[in-house]
Amino acid sequence: MHYAHTFLPDEKGYFGPYGGRYVPETLMPALEELERACRTIMDDPEFKEELADHLKYYVGRPSPLYLAQGLTEYCGGAAIYLKREDLNHTGAHKINNAVGQGLLARRMGKKRIIAETGAGQHGVATATAAARFGFECVVYMGEEDIRRQNPNVFRMRLLGAEVIPVTSGSRTLKDAMNEAIRDWVTNVRDTYYLIGSVAGPHPYPAMVRNFQSVIGIETKRQILEQAGCLPDYVVACVGGGSNAMGIFHPFLSENGVKLIGVEAAGCGIDTGKHAAVLSRGSAGVLHGSLSYILQNEDGQIQCAHSVAAGLDYPGVGPEHAYLKDTGRVKYTTATDEEALAAFKLLCRTDGIIPALESAHALAEAIRLAPALTRDSVMVVNLSGRGDKDIAVTAGGPGVTV
Amino acid sequence: MSKNGPISQCLEKLRLTGKKGLITFTVAGDPNPAGTVDIVRHMVAGGADLVELGIPFSDPLADGPVIQQSSLRALASGAALPNIFEAVKEIRKNCSIPLILMGYYNPIYQYGLRRFAGDAAQAGVNGIIVPDLPHEESVALRAAALESGLDLIPLVAPTTTDSRLEKIAAGAMGFIYCVSLTGVTGAGTGIKTDLAEFTGRVSRHTRLPLAVGFGIAAPEQAAMAAKHCDAVVVGSAIIKIIAGHENILSAGPVAERLIKRFRGALDRLT
Repeated sequence: MHYAHTFLPDEKGYFGPYGGRYVPETLMPALEELERACRTIMDDPEFKEELADHLKYYVGRPSPLYLAQGLTEYCGGAAIYLKREDLNHTGAHKINNAVGQGLLARRMGKKRIIAETGAGQHGVATATAAARFGFECVVYMGEEDIRRQNPNVFRMRLLGAEVIPVTSGSRTLKDAMNEAIRDWVTNVRDTYYLIGSVAGPHPYPAMVRNFQSVIGIETKRQILEQAGCLPDYVVACVGGGSNAMGIFHPFLSENGVKLIGVEAAGCGIDTGKHAAVLSRGSAGVLHGSLSYILQNEDGQIQCAHSVAAGLDYPGVGPEHAYLKDTGRVKYTTATDEEALAAFKLLCRTDGIIPALESAHALAEAIRLAPALTRDSVMVVNLSGRGDKDIAVTAGGPGVTV
Repeated sequence: MSKNGPISQCLEKLRLTGKKGLITFTVAGDPNPAGTVDIVRHMVAGGADLVELGIPFSDPLADGPVIQQSSLRALASGAALPNIFEAVKEIRKNCSIPLILMGYYNPIYQYGLRRFAGDAAQAGVNGIIVPDLPHEESVALRAAALESGLDLIPLVAPTTTDSRLEKIAAGAMGFIYCVSLTGVTGAGTGIKTDLAEFTGRVSRHTRLPLAVGFGIAAPEQAAMAAKHCDAVVVGSAIIKIIAGHENILSAGPVAERLIKRFRGALDRLT
């Protein structure tokens, strides 16, 4: 059976009831221009070749699929493979999308690029693409995230980007995105907004997914080569949801492959301090699309909480909302504490320091794998490396530097 | 039908007498619901022809710092649609000019589109403006508004193409809100858009009145802009006064004096 989902979104940018374009009129012509560019440029063989070239020689793709023997033995069940997006240039999956959109923006003749960032990985990836392709670059980052992800701020500035601290609201990713949109409304004529997740107005959710689906396409080929079969499980963390959509998308039509998205439960899903948008949120409009969001009964956006800045966001991409409702992807959660434990564990079992975001996916794998037979195969998207998180984890339980 | 509702009637009457309309804006519930009732009374006394009340939202992405802060104060005071409708009813007790609610889509969506339009109309609201709801997404709210006799007033921007203008104008009610610049409210950078060209382009697609808003901070700017439209919208300049007064009751008369200056500048044009 061919899963109908593969053809979404529809021409209005909807995945079932979710998606669309909820933005000020000022931006609508720019979104129409971007949609046209996506249609014409992205199918151009020359563009495809250019992108493939950059992914291979600049990003370092394909990223390895690695059988984590230490973690597999520790869990004593399913074989756990890690898709090593942490080994990409700049240390996370974000560069796949930044290079793709950077090339697109260059084709569109844009001179200035803006971006929002939470953990700073998307900001670093955008600053990198801007340096490589010669754009002026401005990155909006919440003050709270600047504090907890300081190494990435230095990296962005080294790469020539201007990092603008955002002091409104919760001073995290949500507010950085508000400020980026305000900049775009003001400078829309010459500025390209490089959104880092599968969120925002159409065509961003589909475009970012398409740039990130290289993760899943490679994984499918690699697991068939290495394990001789498709995986039983594919597990990925979900903030906005780009690494998850990237690895899930090529598997959506493989009904035997169970797909699991892991949201941040923060201090606990019942504490009110979490970022479990799909598990605890409801349908609403934030940052240009209709999806699940965290909100109160009056429709005011509520603050998310997660130890992982990249997951600390009260919204999620509209395609995930659709995949939740259809049941094709199962969404679970991991707490700050579980993620920190998984972070620490992988350092010791396999000598890999994962990003705190990716550690949420690992936490689910660690829960799941022991109950599975040894011939089961599980792939975890290791979406980024954890060097940026050393200061945060040093303050956590049981870890001292 | 609602092309001839109270909002367009009001602006068309002004047009016939050669006068320019003054639309004033404040966020409902900043700093509290009673304060809003008082501010609107002063707006009317100062010579406003229409009043726009903002529905506060936690993430107002088309607004600059002045209205962002105002929205936060309103939310802190407990402002929400039910008490905003109560405030409108209170205002309606001695105010007959058209009232417009302006708010982001999510609070309206959560309240329920038909329930929102029905309750708004019953409270005495005449029109609604939703800055993050472009034409393509407005079908359901437009239907709800029509059903309750409310105008859904569209925004157009300097970046809006002629093909978009045609679609937007075809579904427009009340008036067309022309955003004077590419940017957020209260930018204070001056209007660099060629307004004559912009509103000229818009008026080729509609007979509805045109209002110009965003970035009109001073009476002289209002007079300049009014040469190219039927009405001007003043928001952040008034809210700065509210923000600058500990006691909302002392802000009212100051706002009224400012609005009188805007009124005077517009009336001198005629």
